[in-house]
This record gives sequence, C-alpha cells and structure tokens, in this order.
Amino acid sequence: MENNGKEVRIGVYICHCGLNIAGTIDVKAVCDYAQTLPHVALARTYKYMCSDPGQEMIIADIAEHGLNRIVVAACSPNLHEATFRGALQRAGLNPYYFQMVNIREHGSWVHEDRKAATEKAKDQVRAAVARVQYHKPLERKRFAVDQSVLVVGGGIAGITAALEIANSGKHVYLVEREPSIGGHMAKYDKTFPTLDCAACILTPKMSEVREHPNITLWTYSEVQEVAGHVGKFQVKVRRKPRYIDEELCVGCMECVSACVYKEPKFEDEFNEGLGKRKPIFMPFPQAVPPVVTIDPETCLKFKTGKCKSPCATVCDRKAVDFSQTERIEEIEVGAVIIATGFKTFDATRLPLYGYGIYANVYTSLEVERLVNSSGPTGGEIVCRNGRKPKSIGIIHCVGSRDKKTNRWCSRVCCMYSLKLAHLLREHTGADVYQFYIDMRCPGKGYDEFYERLLDEGIQMIRGRAAEVTDWTMTPEEEGKLVIRVEDTLSAYVRRIPVDMVVLSVGLEPAAGADEVRRMFNISCSKEGFFLEKHPKLAPVETATAGVFIAGCCQGPKDIPDTVAQAGAAAAHAIALLDKGFVEIEPNTAYINPDHCSGCKSCIPLCPYHAISFDEQLKKARIDEALCAGCGTCVAACPSGSIIQNLFEDDQIFSEIDEVLSHV
Amino acid sequence: MRYHYFPGCSVLGTGRACEESTQAVIRELGVELKEIDDWNCCGATAYMSVDEHNALALAARNLALAEKEGATQMTTPCSGCYLVLNKTKHYIEEYPAVGNRVKGSLRKAGLNYQGTVRVRHMLDIFVHDVGLDEIKKHVKFPLKDVKVAAYYGCQTVRPYKDFDQQHFPTKIDELCEALGARSVHFPLKTRCCGGSQMGTLPSVAQRLVFAILREAKRQGANLIVSVCPLCHFNLDSYQPEIVRRFGEDVSIPCMYYTQLMGLAFGIDPKTLGLQRNLTWDRCALRKQFAPAAVGA
Amino acid sequence: MDVTTRHIKYQADCDPSFPAAIKKIPGCEKLDSCIQCGTCSGVCPLSIYMDMTPRRVMNLVRYGFKKEVMASNTIWLCSSCYACTVECPREIKVTDIMYALKQMAIREKAYPRRFAMVVLANEFYKMVRSRGRVNEIHLVTRLNLLTNPLKMLGMARLGIELIRRGRFSLRPESVRDPQRIREIMEYPENGNGKEARTQ
Repeated sequence: MENNGKEVRIGVYICHCGLNIAGTIDVKAVCDYAQTLPHVALARTYKYMCSDPGQEMIIADIAEHGLNRIVVAACSPNLHEATFRGALQRAGLNPYYFQMVNIREHGSWVHEDRKAATEKAKDQVRAAVARVQYHKPLERKRFAVDQSVLVVGGGIAGITAALEIANSGKHVYLVEREPSIGGHMAKYDKTFPTLDCAACILTPKMSEVREHPNITLWTYSEVQEVAGHVGKFQVKVRRKPRYIDEELCVGCMECVSACVYKEPKFEDEFNEGLGKRKPIFMPFPQAVPPVVTIDPETCLKFKTGKCKSPCATVCDRKAVDFSQTERIEEIEVGAVIIATGFKTFDATRLPLYGYGIYANVYTSLEVERLVNSSGPTGGEIVCRNGRKPKSIGIIHCVGSRDKKTNRWCSRVCCMYSLKLAHLLREHTGADVYQFYIDMRCPGKGYDEFYERLLDEGIQMIRGRAAEVTDWTMTPEEEGKLVIRVEDTLSAYVRRIPVDMVVLSVGLEPAAGADEVRRMFNISCSKEGFFLEKHPKLAPVETATAGVFIAGCCQGPKDIPDTVAQAGAAAAHAIALLDKGFVEIEPNTAYINPDHCSGCKSCIPLCPYHAISFDEQLKKARIDEALCAGCGTCVAACPSGSIIQNLFEDDQIFSEIDEVLSHV
Repeated sequence: MRYHYFPGCSVLGTGRACEESTQAVIRELGVELKEIDDWNCCGATAYMSVDEHNALALAARNLALAEKEGATQMTTPCSGCYLVLNKTKHYIEEYPAVGNRVKGSLRKAGLNYQGTVRVRHMLDIFVHDVGLDEIKKHVKFPLKDVKVAAYYGCQTVRPYKDFDQQHFPTKIDELCEALGARSVHFPLKTRCCGGSQMGTLPSVAQRLVFAILREAKRQGANLIVSVCPLCHFNLDSYQPEIVRRFGEDVSIPCMYYTQLMGLAFGIDPKTLGLQRNLTWDRCALRKQFAPAAVGA
Repeated sequence: MDVTTRHIKYQADCDPSFPAAIKKIPGCEKLDSCIQCGTCSGVCPLSIYMDMTPRRVMNLVRYGFKKEVMASNTIWLCSSCYACTVECPREIKVTDIMYALKQMAIREKAYPRRFAMVVLANEFYKMVRSRGRVNEIHLVTRLNLLTNPLKMLGMARLGIELIRRGRFSLRPESVRDPQRIREIMEYPENGNGKEARTQ
C-alpha cells in the first residue's frame, strides 16, 4: 500500500471513555488485536482520547513513529470527529487521513455481553483500518457569506431579532404573514409579572422596525421557496395583494369610513372574533405598517363586482388598487432566523368545558381582547349575555398536560391566568376562582406575583376542572355556569357557580409550521415544535447550518425568554455574517468528465439542486457549494462516473469486506 | 343487511319492550337479525368485579359462537352488553397474554376465537347502516310536538367512541329529529343513572335519576328517550318514589328510541311494548297513538 | 373525643406488594403516572357519596395503603360508567383499577359485611356459572333476601307493576348445557381465578 510513494503507517487508538467503554468492552484486547492488523504501526489505549493529553499523544506519535493514517475508536463522530481531525492538522497531517470508530453508542452503551461487544469492536476497528488506507488528502472549501439575514415571523421574537441584526449594520428582510407585525403580543393587554402595558412596550419596537433603514419589511407575505445553503440562501417571498399601495397609504382610515358597509359586519380576526370589521380594515390602531388591507373574501367589489368603490374615490392619494396581484420577491441571504410563533389550543376539542356550547365560556386570548381598552368592548368586561360577571372561573391546563390533546406543559398559562385574574378583578370586582393542577411560577418576580394575587383574595382551587355545565342542583346555580371539580387539597368534590368561564388554553405549533419546517429543511419534535441542535448547548441553532430559531416556534415560552432567545439567534446570525465565510466539509460529490455520458439522470434526483448540465461539454456538473454529500447521484449514475469524497468505492467496499469477514 | 343478534338477559325479562320494539322496527326497515344460538350472559359489570379472566372468557364465548355461525358483524340493543363484548374484543387484541388465555379457555370448550366479528351497537346500525334518510322515508306520523331529552347513558359512548362523540353525542338527537321530534339541549345525556346500584344502593341511585329527570324537564323536554334496558328501567320505574322522596314533581315519560321510531312509523303501541313502560300511562303520546286515533 | 388514635403513617404501614399486584392486571399498568389532578373525582357521579374520592384511592393504592383502601366504600360505589377512564389526562383506566380492587377485596374477603354490591356480584357470578344466563328477578330476590329482607316489602308496589306489565319473568333462563360454561372457566373449583391473575 502506497501513500504518495510512502508506506502506509496506521496508528490506532482505543478510548476507555472512563468506564463508558471500558466497562463493557475489553479495550486491551481490542488494542492487541489492532496491533496485528496489516499496516498498523502502533496501537494504544487511553482513558480519555479526547482530552488534551490524548490528543497530544497522537501528535507526538505521528512525529515519532512516522504515522500517516489515524483511527480512533471512541464515541460518535458527531461528538469528536472534529477534535481528532484538528489534532492531525496540528501534527502536520491532512485531517482527512482519519477514521473514527464508534464503539460507545454503537457498542458499549447498547450491549451487555462483554465478550460479544469486544468482538464487535474488533470488527469495527478492522473495517476502519482497511478503509483508512484508501483515504485521500482533502481540503475544506470556503465560500463568502451574503451580508443580509431573513427573519421569518414578525412577532416579538422576529421583531427583536430583526432590530438586533439591523442595529449591527446588516440588512434584514422581515417577512410576516399577517397584515401587521406584532404577533400575539400585540393582542395582550398587560404583561406579567410587572403588569406593563403590552402595547406601550411593543409599539415603539414596531415603529423602530418600520423606520429602520436596514430593515425591509414585508407584511401580508409568506416565504414560498428556499434554495441554497448557509451563507447563500436563495429565497422566494410571496407578497399577497392587499389591494392598497403601501407606499401611498398613510393610514388615514377615510376609505374605511367610506366603505359601503356602514357598520362593521365581518368577524374581526385580531379581536378573536369578539368584534367586527369591514372588508377594508386596519387590524388595530398601532398596526405596522399603518396601512389598510382589503379582504377580497368579504369585499363587494370582488364578490359581485357591483360596488361603486367609495373607498377608492375618497382616497386622495389614490392608494386603493383593485388590480394588484400577487408578487414574488427573490432575495439572497446569508442566514435565516425562524420565529413563526405558536397558535393557541382549540378549546372546542374539549367539549366538557363547554366552549362553543355556552356563550359565557371564553378562551384566555379572547379575554385579553376583552380587558384591552382598544378591544371590542373598549375594555369593559361584559359577557356575551350582556351582563357584567360577578364571579369568574379560570380553568388552567386546557389543552396542556393532557395525553388526549397535548402532553406538554405550555409554561405560560399559570402566569397569564394570574394576570388575567388580577385584571378581571380590577375591572369588575368579581370573585375569581382559579382551577389549577400545579402552579408553575418559576421566573424572576413570578412567585412574588402569585403571592400578590393570593393577597388580592383570588381563590385557588387545586383540581383539574371536570366540567362546565348549565345543569343545576341548587337555586343559587340557576342561570349560572357550574364548574364541577375535586378540590383536591380539601378532598371535596365541589360545584362552583360562576357567570363567566375563562379557559387558559395551551400553546401549539403554529398553523403551517410543518411547511416552514420542510422549506428550511429543519426538524421538529414529536409535538411539532422546531428542534434545536442541542437542548442545552445549542438552543437557537438547528441541524441546518445558517438557520436559527427563536421564540415559541421552538417551544412554549414567555416574553422574557422569547426576547432572550431572539437576541441569541441574532448574535449567531451576526457572528456568521461577520466571519464573512463558511467552510464546508469536503464530503461532496464530483463528476469524472471522462466517463460522464451526459444522460442527465442525476439532475432531477438531487434534492439540493446542485447538479446542472454543461451544454457545451454535454456533461453534468456539480456545484460543490450546494452539494450536501447525500450520495444519491453517486448511487444513481449508470456509468459510475460520479465519485463522492470520503465515500469512494474502494473505501466503502474495503470497509464492508472487513466488517463482514468475521462471518 | 343481515346481522348476528345478541339479545342479552335483560330483554328476556324487565327489558322485554326493548326487544319487542327493536324487532318491530327492524322488520319495518327490512334488516335481518339472526339470533346467536345458545348465547350466554355477557357478564355485565358484576362479573368483572369478581374475576377478570373468567369474565372475559364468558363474554368471548359469545364472540366465538357468532364467528362459528359465520358472523362478521354482531349487534345488541343493550349498552351494557355492547360495552362488555366490545371491551372483551379490545382486551383480547390489546393484551396478548389475556388473548392467549381466553382463547385457550374457549378451545377447551371446543370453540375457536379468531377476532373476525365486529361488535356493533344497535343504534349505530340504525344511524349509519340504515341511515337517517331511509328512516325518514318510513315516518308516517311525524312527532312534531315531542321535545326529546336524548339520554345515552354511560356505556353507549364510554369508554369506546366507535360511532358517536363522547361528550355531547348527537346520534339519538339526530334520529329523533328525523322522526320529526325536536331534541333539547341536555347536559346530562351521558351521566350515569346508577346502573345496578339501583338494586344495591337505591338511595344513591335514585338521587342520580332525580337529577337526570329534573334536568330533562328543566331544559323543556316532555320525553326522555333512552337506549339501554337498565337505564330505561331506572329512569322509568322509580318516578313516584323519587317524586315523593325529593318533594319535586320531576315525573316525565320515558321510552326506548326504538319505541319512538315505531310510533312514528305507525306501528301499534302494543307491538312496541309501550304498555310495559310505567310512564306510558301518563304519556301524551298515548292518546295520540291510541288505535282509534291512528285509524288502525 | 378520642385523641389517642395515631394518624401518622409509618413507612412500615405500607405494603408495596399491593400496587405491584394491581399494576399487573391488564388495564391497570399506568397507575404510576397519576398527577393527582382530581379529574376522576370531578367527573364521577358517585364520588360525592364516597368516603374517599377516586383520586385519593389512586394515590393510596400507588403508595401501598392497602388496609385503608380495602376499608373504604369507594370501590363498591363505582358503577362502571367509565367517565374517569375517558377523562383522565394520563389515560389511566381508573374503572379497571376499581374492578381490580373489587376482585382483590372479594378474593380476600376484605369488604364490609352484607354489603349489597358484593352480594350482588357474588350472586350474579353464581347464577351465571350455574345457568349461563341471568334472570334479574331471581337475582334481585336473592340479593334482598341476603341483605335486607324487609326491603322486599317496600318493593312490592314495583313488583306488582312489573307482573301486571308482563315484565316479571319467572322462567329461569339458561343456555342449553351449562356445563359448557363451566368448561371455559379456568379454575372451576375456586371459581375466583386467583392463579389466573397472578401468573
């Protein structure tokens, strides 16, 4: 075996990993065995190969014993392949003259039979020794990073991330599905535990986004297609027609007053359907951008064509444009931050709580609008039956901690329920009962807030409410909704009549989260929340380089945590852009032009659109920057003219031969 | 349409009207029921309290007998039997150890259980197989003055929700509306009537029935329609005692949904066993459907 | 007032074999995941008559308080309406656990004397074993004779009504050969299938 004319000399290192490996595998036996394999110049064991002394040992051996191939049998390459490649590089050896063998996750951790596990480790080492002989020196490629960032979602997470990045001098494209940015936070009245007015702290940030020279804001828009890779994503954004020229509209609302519908008639999404809007509307007074939108589903002009369109006539800036059509914007960005938020649990899925059956059962989000002074009732708490409630029951964990709906704890409901209890009491003086399973108030000032509410005299009943019903047993229950519950701390089943029921609905992945996930090629947990690269140490990164996540799309969290996470995601994006380049692994495929017949069969197979056809040479060509090293084209090529670095035929076949030679 | 039929012990005695009305309506709709030969008691709730294995084996014998006759679908008018047979089938499938023991026991008696027969509630057959449109075609006397509180009881929709929603089921309501009646909002439609506690702890069970009757009246119903022989017995038979005991006139006529169907179809009340209901004497429908009134 | 009864529970008072035996029974395996939310008690129509709510029974079973559970009337009030099973957010089949507890109590004769529910279950069991079918009138008659013969008088009115309306069947129903029924019971002699469960 030759290595540029030199003899191949392999060093094999077997790691104990404390007792993680050595507890199950006889590392000494594996080491002795490795010593007997062809071309192995040296084999050693060490307690922790990944430690500094472990790496130094490899570096010293390379110099002293003239090693030119290294095999380390230890843990998963996901953890330490880069560590050992770095050691090779420091020793002056090409880092790809290296092969890692996973005898921990694939060995000691999954086997109990010491003898069999040791034999398996020997097979794995033998296969690696055979393969590493065929390794070739490879170089990591560098590519420039585009100096702008795409932020998807304009809630408090997206707004925070966009502003951080824009303030660092980079350009941001902020894309929001709804007519205005602001997300859920814009709907809230006050925020826990300090009771700051949500609008007072959010709207300055919204205006800042609008005015920021480094932010391109596209509302009423959705990402349609994503291609490319870290440093250079090509993104298509679909901008839905709002039938208003955003450049011309100043939000004077005269068109809204002029609409042929004199009274608002259609369900107002922003107010959770508690209020009405017209076909031409602005979702809320502080909307950003402060422009109106025409909803073609309800506008007579679109439905019948028979409207005189007073909205257009009255607008002296001629901003109404019924001929507007969907537009596609194409941009290139270096990094992406996904902050697509959440949706609240659909309370009709738990019919025992009577939502949609009894008029005076509300969701918490509806109550946020009800207590809000710019809400449908101007902040007055009036039930659907027109009465002011004298007693209110707030039911926790609706669609949370329930295997039949959503298993997870939604984290924010205990605290927002306390907040709503405070606001409802303040507005109405009503008796407020909270029905909870466990109070979860771990946050700065949170438990103190709980204490404050107890002092304010709300009644805490520990028990998951069993049902909300209108059947009565006593005269006091007539005309009321009755909440039946076991007060578990008193060990009594109780029936509590109230005028108003508030369901503290949990948080779920947003509608369309799955399409977003697929477009950006990231993964999600079983529940549908986007998956971070590591739950502790990489909470805003994803498995796809250059795509970061922030806010509730990653999992339920409150505003402080969301803002912190958005800041972290922004910092990652800024760091990536500031570095200016990305290095990619050389495990890419390339075409041997002498053999390529130009059949084009590989081109449609590539999931990354990395293969093109050179019309002049009549050969396929692979863009290394786009190739993700999946190997699909290599397997598919009929003439065998596609080769993948680190997965060449002689490398793979020798590895397979050896791993099977045991049997 | 042909189904294998498991009557259950109740319909041979106190629940005789359930059987009579079911058979009458089934004939009218052209559905064929083949009674499973030599069926035995399903075990009800009592048996399961004594011995789990034997309770399941006992119920499974009926499934095996039906399969022996080549049945793919069997049905029963009693919700208790429906639940026990269905649960037995589920447990044999969900717990292989249970399944093997039960199958072993059946083999000793020369029976072979394959799991090929499906257990269906009679209500399910009416609403889904026959269909409301077909039922409407048979209605000769739309019941326009009837305001029904549809009472499903427990075991019709719990724990299995094979053919209706679990919390606010609607199939009886839809069926009654197809007969021209109106169904009222009835929050207690799946709340327990006490079941066999009426025999063992009457003071408790009567209170449960009191709440159900009272609420049906309060919601504006003039008739409670139920499914199961035991529910019907509890709701129908103790009204004078309950009225006396709780000092509130909660009396309200009760009948099986099949009896109501039969009336709308123009079947003679006697054929439907209505005279066997204790509340029939005071029921407004009695006059309306007296043989002379309907020209029979 | 007697203040000498100790209410503390020593760990020695608990019997860990109790929950272990219950959890082995099909349907009872999820007991440990109970979060004591009280949904079972809240939806139970009979919990208001129980000396211990179903939630409390779940906890007492889980941690081995066998004596206390067996002494309570809770399991005998359960009418198998399955509301708890359907609503439990942890998918614990509470009804099945109640059945398992009843079986254990009957097997170990640990139930309140002359408690009608137990008598009914036993009489039902016997009738099915001997005939394969049940005659409700016979059953209720035996139940009352064994528990509270005086109550028979109170039921006379209803009995007469039922006779008048042809619902009082005296014919003892039976399968063709009741021996066939006994054959499928695994342990015909002790009848309660103790071994069947513990294997």
